[in-house]
Amino acid sequence: MADIKLHDITKRYADGTEAVKHMNLEIDDGEFMILVGPSGCGKSTALRMIAGLEDISDGELLIGDKVVNNLAPRDRDIAMVFQNYALYPHMTVRENMGFALKLAKVDQAEIDAKVESAAKTLDLTDHLDRKPSNLSGGQRQRVAMGRAIVRDPQVFLMDEPLSNLDAKLRVQMRTEVSRLQRDLSTTMVYVTHDQTEAMTLGDRVAVMRSGVLQQVDTPRVLYNDPVNIFVAGFIGSPAMNFFSGTIAGGKLKLPFGEIAVPDGVSHTGEVIVGIRPEDFEDARFAPANHPAGVEFEAPIEVLESMGSEIYVYFTFQGGEVSSDELAELARDSGIAETPSGGSGLAVARLNPESEITQGQRATLWFDGAKLHLFDPSDGSSLKRGRQEQQAAAEATAEAVDAEQEKPPPERAAAAQDDSTAAE
Amino acid sequence: MQSRSPGAYLGWTLALGVVLFYALIPVLWLVSLSFKSPATVSDKKFIPADTTFDNYTTLFQGGLDSPLLRPLINSLSIALIATVIAVTLASFTAYAIARLDFPGKTLILAGALAIAMFPLISVVGPLFDMWRALGLYDTWVGLIIPYLTFALPLAIYTLVAFFREIPWELEQAAQVDGATPWQAFRKVILPLATPGVFTAAILVFIFAWNDFLFAITLTSSDRARTVPAALAFFTGESQFTAPTGNIAAAAVLVTIPIIIFVLIFQRRIVAGLTAGAVKG
Repeated sequence: MADIKLHDITKRYADGTEAVKHMNLEIDDGEFMILVGPSGCGKSTALRMIAGLEDISDGELLIGDKVVNNLAPRDRDIAMVFQNYALYPHMTVRENMGFALKLAKVDQAEIDAKVESAAKTLDLTDHLDRKPSNLSGGQRQRVAMGRAIVRDPQVFLMDEPLSNLDAKLRVQMRTEVSRLQRDLSTTMVYVTHDQTEAMTLGDRVAVMRSGVLQQVDTPRVLYNDPVNIFVAGFIGSPAMNFFSGTIAGGKLKLPFGEIAVPDGVSHTGEVIVGIRPEDFEDARFAPANHPAGVEFEAPIEVLESMGSEIYVYFTFQGGEVSSDELAELARDSGIAETPSGGSGLAVARLNPESEITQGQRATLWFDGAKLHLFDPSDGSSLKRGRQEQQAAAEATAEAVDAEQEKPPPERAAAAQDDSTAAE
Repeated sequence: MQSRSPGAYLGWTLALGVVLFYALIPVLWLVSLSFKSPATVSDKKFIPADTTFDNYTTLFQGGLDSPLLRPLINSLSIALIATVIAVTLASFTAYAIARLDFPGKTLILAGALAIAMFPLISVVGPLFDMWRALGLYDTWVGLIIPYLTFALPLAIYTLVAFFREIPWELEQAAQVDGATPWQAFRKVILPLATPGVFTAAILVFIFAWNDFLFAITLTSSDRARTVPAALAFFTGESQFTAPTGNIAAAAVLVTIPIIIFVLIFQRRIVAGLTAGAVKG
């Protein structure tokens, strides 16, 4: 068991593209750290650098206080689960799981004991003598996990281990992974593009965008207090709604009303306002006498009833937001998940007993105290202490500028490179 | 598998029958000739009138000095040695080409292709002179070297295709599991490439076994003469009889090792060995 420290880690490819830019991250001993971000953000590359499968161009990587930059993967005492599992097809499950121990010249009896015990944990005992090709997707996934845990390594690295499973199995395995990590209390770095996985699994979550670390914190802080518009839009499902607003004379003007400017905001002029779907409500169910509540009317375009809650999509006029960050989010997740990505459509989560119907003009309410305000110039949050976020925003802006300065063909090539690296 | 209608089944059977007939008739004719005596060899009958094994027995009369035994030993040894060396070298080369990025990679592939396209006849002359000067003329080595030259490109191309099919993650998984590059190659990559290795081996063996041009040019005695070349030196029982029966018998005999070789290894050449490595 060990902690991992990334000091100013950069990955630069031969053509000059930087997949990971000056990444600083400290992962504590026994911590479950999630790297999350849209595809091509450099999260897989970062993980593969920790594993030793990619060279580190710049910076220093420490595992357990030892600089491992130039160590081969086999000397780093790590175990990795690959997205496509990478099981050895010519070996049985038993041989697959025992391969690392056999290479380490561990006594055969001990190998058997360890494999049996891991198989028991993962419910694979009946399948030990089968070949991977005769296993289902979920079983293969468990074999891959088993191969990692028999090693009893210092660090577990997981590269989107659940993304090839179907939805139901994924939820089941998510619980399994979480339980496993708690039982073993081994440091784990887990890469995913799925923000739900990130939120449910991690002790802390590191959000990345175009190779730059945006924010590292507990899921709760990421959700309630995102440093910038990208993190705000990425974390949460359905995603946060964004509107443009103006601050003038102590008042914040929104497409659907005016409220007092929240405390601690000194900014004036244009702002981007973020409202989470659950901070809306059917006006009928709004808490009475809420000091910051605002009621407004909006036409309901689409209504989705989930049983436990209702999602309504309503249109609004004259407050559409367009920014690079949101465009990227929309591109990555499909427009449906970020309805306000410039489309004039917002989503609200309502009480399931609401009687609002599709096509109706309904009276909605939102909690003005839970607004998120962002600076339209760089997307940073206006509510938080500005120091740390400023640094992140500047680094991102620099990175994005650098990307845009390149002539188009080179950028295309770079993008392609990114995606191969991410795979 | 989708089931076929009886009509389609009949059609396929007929088509296959025609192809088999077309392909096998010359072979059967050869077998028939090899059992005929010199008197009936040109009687134009498919079934030999008087079945005789004389053609076969005379081939081996005289032990090591017999017309066929030494050439057969030469052929087998030379072809096997060339195959082993070619496949070993080609596995390393192909692995490097499929996996590593190094300067001159395309040059190697292009060079291999260029050699494969080179007409054999254009090099035998110079080789003849060179081998005589170097003392390689009429030796096993003298034949193995040119066979390697022309078989290696073939083997490299075959193996590169197979290595490219193997997911790279497998090797990385092995590295993370603590394998040295050599262990990863030997314990993970090579077992998965077995079908490719055997395919390449068969191709190289057949090339070396069947060669006539080098064998006839670069040998002068039974020291290194292989079967195809030896056939050309068969003589009849007297100077007035054609050695048709003997040649036919020898031709049947040289076909047998190839058939055995292919039968052994084709069982190893099963597709889909990598199934189950990765999801899909």
